[in-house]
This record gives sequence, structure tokens and C-alpha cells, in this order.
Amino acid sequence: MEFDLHHALNNLTLDAEWVGLRQVLEKSSTRYVRDGNPEANHKSRTQGVMVEVLANGQFGYAATNRLDPAGIQAAAEQAQHQAIAAAPWAIHSFTPDMRPKAVGQYTSPLQQPQDAISVSDLVGLLTQVCETLKVSDKVVQTSAMAQTVETEQRFVSSNGSDVHQHFFFVETDYAATAQDGSVTQKRTDNGQLARCYQAGVEVFDPASVLVRARQIGEQSIELLASEECPTTATTLVLAPDQMMLQIHESIGHPLELDRILGDERNYAGSSFVKLSDFGTLVYGSPLMNVTFDPTVPGEFAGYAFDDGGMLAQREYLIKGGLLLRGLGSLESQTRSKVPGVANFRATSWNRPPIDRMANLNLEPGTSTLEEMLRDIEYGVYMESNRSWSIDDYRNKFQFGCEYAKLIENGQLTKTLRNPNYRGVTNQFWRSLVKVGDRSTQAMYGTPYCGKGEPNQAIRVGHASPMCVFSNIEVFGGAA
Amino acid sequence: MSPTLEHWERSFNKLCDLLLNTLSTDEHLSIELSGEQSHFMRLNNAKVRQSGTVLDGEVSLRLSHDRRTAIASLSFTGDLEVDSILALDALQELRQELPQLPVDPYLVLPQNHGSSREIYSGQLLSPDAAPQAILPMVQGVDFTGIYAAGSIIRANGNSAGQRHWFATETFSLDYSMIAPSEKAVKATLAGQSWIPEQFQSQIEESKSQLEILDSPVKTIAPGRYRTYLAPAAIAEITTMFSWGAVSESSLRQGGSALDKLRKGKTLSPLLTLRENFSRGTVPRFNTLGEVAPEEVPLIVKGELVNTLVNARTAKEYSVTSNAANSSESLRAPEISKGFLKTQEILKQLDTGLYLSNLHYLNWSDRPNGRITGMTRYACFWVEGGEIVAPIQDLRFDDSLYAFLGENLEAVTNFQSFVADVDTYGGRALGGCLVPGMMIRDFTFTL
Repeated sequence: MEFDLHHALNNLTLDAEWVGLRQVLEKSSTRYVRDGNPEANHKSRTQGVMVEVLANGQFGYAATNRLDPAGIQAAAEQAQHQAIAAAPWAIHSFTPDMRPKAVGQYTSPLQQPQDAISVSDLVGLLTQVCETLKVSDKVVQTSAMAQTVETEQRFVSSNGSDVHQHFFFVETDYAATAQDGSVTQKRTDNGQLARCYQAGVEVFDPASVLVRARQIGEQSIELLASEECPTTATTLVLAPDQMMLQIHESIGHPLELDRILGDERNYAGSSFVKLSDFGTLVYGSPLMNVTFDPTVPGEFAGYAFDDGGMLAQREYLIKGGLLLRGLGSLESQTRSKVPGVANFRATSWNRPPIDRMANLNLEPGTSTLEEMLRDIEYGVYMESNRSWSIDDYRNKFQFGCEYAKLIENGQLTKTLRNPNYRGVTNQFWRSLVKVGDRSTQAMYGTPYCGKGEPNQAIRVGHASPMCVFSNIEVFGGAA
Repeated sequence: MSPTLEHWERSFNKLCDLLLNTLSTDEHLSIELSGEQSHFMRLNNAKVRQSGTVLDGEVSLRLSHDRRTAIASLSFTGDLEVDSILALDALQELRQELPQLPVDPYLVLPQNHGSSREIYSGQLLSPDAAPQAILPMVQGVDFTGIYAAGSIIRANGNSAGQRHWFATETFSLDYSMIAPSEKAVKATLAGQSWIPEQFQSQIEESKSQLEILDSPVKTIAPGRYRTYLAPAAIAEITTMFSWGAVSESSLRQGGSALDKLRKGKTLSPLLTLRENFSRGTVPRFNTLGEVAPEEVPLIVKGELVNTLVNARTAKEYSVTSNAANSSESLRAPEISKGFLKTQEILKQLDTGLYLSNLHYLNWSDRPNGRITGMTRYACFWVEGGEIVAPIQDLRFDDSLYAFLGENLEAVTNFQSFVADVDTYGGRALGGCLVPGMMIRDFTFTL
């Protein structure tokens, strides 16, 4: 990072209780090939500084991309004015303890650097993916997208913080759309843009990528001739690539302390969870163990410190089905008096941190795949999310998947199309009857977790084993 | 207009000149700018949660040469010395990258469609004055939301000689006034000038609407009900037309919910949807600098008459562009009004659901036009033309071919402008102009 943040901090002329500067430099490269032709080749570079100032118990912020002494000084003064103007109306009077001194660094684990593949080789591979996806003339659209991102973040503050975090992200998405008469089916690589990791270009191993592309193409054709998912209440088995969405929407968001404190009620919504529920609410079955864990190597939302300087560590949010801890930063913990985690995160330099998920994982159980299926006389297995909707208190949800199989007498049998299911959060998680072991576990992520005012889309990661739920309402597409 | 923005315009024009002067005769360049100088104040329970300012700009360079094209985006600071170094480096990187890319068969080169300059100045609260101007009026109620204000820029220049500049100063106060029952009056006050009397009048109206939300909440069983969808609810449904619906490329590539319309099915003759840029809230030029017609009729009396077509799609499928944006989404949607008068809404609804807002919509079966989502905020059970009680939120799951087709019974004789208050990446422009609708047998599932 070329801009000297320490120098900028030391040169500020400002009488404040606390000042912090958070600089972000993010470079990304997006390659998108559709039907074998280049659709987009886009490089992006953004750099700026968020100045936060604490005055009269209120934090004010000013974000600027003017990286010169005058620009930073002007931003600091604006941030201070914001704090002073808002302080008489503050929702809480904060102290500098909300920004503890943090010193350290973090670098994403990666096997091969992101520049280890040339532009022509990467675009060539994506073109090959499109060719491989097109297994039949009935495949009417193929697409392959890859994005690599390098983010460098530095945080310094008047109380001695100095954090340098260097992230490398890779996101890919491969998809085939097949049509036969009035039937259209789309199949993707574990759900739209689900393969998101902190990684290098090792994820572009052609052998593995092309095997997956072939299967995606073949399954899009397979779905055209398959039966509709039945409408019934039955045993539902969810693959990890759908569990990702289930965890995100019905565990992650309702446990965000800022939602429970009411900050999000005008936008993303509130939560059915109350502050008094922590330590007492039976969230799900005793098989349910959920961790917040930014320390998992390679998972999409790993880091060493959050954007307020809190040290990131693994914490159980739910253990044995019991709700223990919320997704709340130091500010939310102080406001709510509920234990939280290091999740004060901002999308970039131009947004203030708020309570977010990071890596939120369902811990593996003890059942093998065979053990999970063998006692199911009749049920439905679903994978890869394609539709998601839940109410603003995170209770009533309806999710749809790309691909399903009927389960009959312990075996996966017919393929089913347009599988959907719906339920109510606690009731659903209390219906969790089996949790797969580590051999059934997989890890995914998304860059599009939306929340906040002003709005922010942030990266989150989710790992889960396969899971079995009893007596769930499933159904197919429109007649 | 603020001095910063006047400076940005000069600086952007100089940057365009500088970059265009470096081009060889067979290189083509389109330069696009978006930027803002914004104040955001987040509110919870009539108090300030967070408050701050954002000064941000991004310039994108689209370079085409030898039938190949690539884009580089970088910060725009308004400091020509800084910006020109970054932009010249980016241009050089693009030159090195282009030979590594395959030929783009649908490449669209920049053209000169004519230049424009539109500036809409406003009278906004200074950031330091905003808390005192807003918060005293809402003390005593649970007032939650966001005030966003400032300048927004969109601009474009290209190697064919075209220049566009669009600058506007706007504010929006997007809020929920929440009753003890946790139901809420949801509203937005938006415009170019902060008028205290207008603010006061709207807040008083919202407070008066709160009273009815204090009644005990009624649980309604899933089923089919006569339903009135207020304009804000219709605005949510309108957004779905931008997501795999009216886009020509999505229709061609199996991704549109309107394929059945293309194949001859019709919606209700009461439904007319168009792009209407005449309000001037969004620029008519797209990222390539093409200027859309002032009106683009899309669905007229239930029939799909046009789709949104950008120049790239036009080239691929040999159709005519109507200067849609890169994603062929709606930029200035309007749904025509009908004949149902305000005072007749409850009477015509008789017994059923009055829904102010919908939430979290998604396609549950896109090829069949089926949408699922939730009711939210001020939604009521109505009996005999009288509001009985607010409802426990319900999930709907129904096909637009039904609820905008044979089940669309009436459209209101008024429209509301629902401002787009989206702030992902930056503050959005515009919004949609939509009426309310009376639906027969709307399907609720949970």
C-alpha cells in the first residue's frame, strides 16, 4: 500500500478522544465467458481511507479517496463534526474501549499466487468450461466466470493499533441452462457463485474444473426429463451447498445483535430472537452445534482482527441446540450486555463497520452418508440453492434448490426437478435428526450478503455437513 | 451545485481529453464516471446510531482494439495529477491485456450519439445540521431508518467525441415508524430540496397512521384472499421485472420469466408497463453513452410489445437496441394508472388483505413466473370494507401470470413515486412510478 497511514495519523491536527484510520486497497479481476465468447474482462482498483473519530461518546466517520494530507485532515474534521453533531442524539455513549489496541497481521493461505495463471490461460479455461457444459443442443446457454481479488487493509489508531491484513479471494461460477419445449432448467456449480474461497489459482485445476463442468451440463439435461418434486411433508436431506443458505438465513441473520437491537428494522429486518434468549433458547435439536470461526484456513471470511480491532477467534454460538452467543461486535455487546464475537466488518473503505457474519459453520456430527440415508423409507434429497426468501424476523422461510433425488427405502432413486421446501426457523432446526460426519462436509461462501444502511454487500463463508430433517413441507414448481 | 462537483466536471473533462489524446487511430475508448459526495445518518428509535460522510468516485475505461475489448475501473479523486497517473497506467495495462483475449464477436464500439449536460441543484441540509433538523420532530416514537443526502454524478465521454454530464443533489429520509405491536408505518421523504413544512406534514401523517397499528395482531391462515397491493408493494413486484424478465438477452438465453408472454400468452389488459425517462430523475444515457428514447413501452394492455435491448444484445441477435443498460434492467419504470379511486379501495376489497409492503421477493419458479415473498410493515385484515386488524406476516407464492393476469381486478387511478433508496456501492438514482392493484385470489402459503 503506497499511502503511509502512520504518517497520515501522526500529522492530523485534531483534538479527539480517539481517532482511527482504516485504509483499503482492493484490486480485482473478473473474467466472464458466455457460450464460449468473451462477455466481460474487467479489472478494478479502489483505494481509500475511512477516518473514524470519537467525540462526546459518539463515533463519527468520513470516508475519502483523497489520499493526501489535506484530504485526510478534511475527512478527520468532517468525522469529528459528525460525532459532535450527533452526540446529543446518540443511541449509546461509547468509550475508546470499543476500539481496543490491536497489533498484528494476517495473510490468506494460498498455494499458488493469483498471477500464476496468465489472462489468456484463464480465459482459455473458461472457454473450455463453456464447451464442456454444452453436452447437448438442448443446452441453450453456458457461462463461466472467475474473479480474483487482492485486498490489502491497514488499520492504525491513536491508541496504538497497527493491523495489516492481506487477503486473496477467488470466486468462480459455472452454469448451464437447458430447455426442452416449455421446460427450462438451470444447473450450476453448487449454486450461483457458491464457490468462494480465500485461495490462489490452485482452484483453476483444469482436470477438476472440467469434470464438474461436464456433470453440471449433464444434470441440466437430466432435469428436463425428470419428475416434479412431490408436494408432501416428508424427510428432507440437505446437501452442504444448500445448508450454506439455510445456515446463513435462519441462523446467521437472526443472531446478529444489531438486528435484535433494532438497527436494521428499516431495511434487512429484525429478529425473532430476543436478548433474553441467549443462554436459554433451545434453538434446535441437540445435534446442532454452530460456530463463528474466522480462523478456518481457506474459508471465505477469514481474518485475524475485525474492523474495530477485536481479535478474531472461534466461538460456539449454539451448542447442543442451546443458544449461547450472538453475532455482535464490541459496540453491540456493550449495548446489549450479551456475549458476542469479532464481527465488526465493513465492505470497504467507504462504509462504516456493522455486525456481520464471517465464517459461520455447522459442526460435523457422527453419521456417515450411508447411515443417514439407510433408515429413510421415503424422503427427498436436495442440493444447490436457487431461490431464497425469509421474513424480516427470520421465521417463515421458503427455499428452492436446483436438483433433487427421491429417497426410497434408504436409496437415492429418481431425479426430481423444481424442489422447494418451507418452514419456520426454530421448528425446522428442532427437526434436525441427523448430522453428517466430516466426510459429508463441504465449504462454500458468497460475496453478496446484503445488509446495513448505507447498504453493504460483504463476503461470508459457510461450512456444513449433510443434514437430515424430519417432517418438512416440500413441493415442486407451478402447474 | 457544490464547488467540489464543479471542480469534478472540469477535472473529468480534462482527464477525458488527456486519455483520448493518447489513443492510436485504431483504438476506441469509452470513459465512464460515477461519483458521490454523501452524508449518511442512521437512526434507531429516534436516536443516531451512526453518522458520517463519503466522498467517492470511480472512473471506468473501456478500451477496444483489434476486435477485442476490456475494462479497467479505478478511483476518481478529482485531482487531475493523481487521476491521470492511475488512468494512464490502467490504459497501458489494458493495451497489454487485449492481445491475450479472444475476439469478441459482439463488440460494440463507442459512437457519438450526441452530448448532453444536465444539472439539478438542490437545497439540502448541511451534514452538521441534519440531526437537529430531523430528530426533535420524531421524539416519542420509535423512528428508525436512514437519512442520505448529497450530490450524485454520472458522466461519460468517448473517442467518438461524445460527452454526457449528469449531476443532481438529492436527499432521502427512508424510515419506519414502529408501533409497540412491531408493525410499522413505512415511508420515504425524498427530493432535491429539504422543506421543513413538508417534513413536518409527512411525519404528522405517519404518526396518525401509527394508531391503527396498535390493535392486536390477527393471524390469518394460509389460503387465497382478495388482496389490495398498495403502490410500495407494487414497486417491489416491479423490481422483479428487472431480474430475468424484460431483458431481451435473458429471453433469448432461457433466463426470463416472460417467455410465455413472448410466445403469445397475455397478462391483464389493465397492465401497462413502460420505461419513462421524462421525470428526469435518472440520466437517459447508458454506460456506452447511448441515449434511450424518452419512453419505451414494454407491456401494453397485457401484451409484451418490447423488451429492453442493449447494443450488445442487438448485435448478437440482429435486433434494434433501445439503449438499455448492460444488464437490461429497468431504469425509470412506470406502471399506468387505472380507474380505482382511493375512497373505493376498501369497499371494493370488501373482505381480504390490504398490503402496504412486500419483502424479500424471489422467483420460486421463474419459467412459470412464480414469485414468493413476505408481507411487511402495515398490512391489514379487512372485512366488509372496514379495516379490522393488522396481520401476522404471511408468505405469498403466486404466478404473475395469475395475479397480473386473470386475477388482476383493478388498478388505482393514482400513482406513487417510490424512490430508489438503494445504497449498495453508491446512492441509487430514480425510482418507479406505480399505482396500487386489486388482486383476486392471491395465494398465501405460510
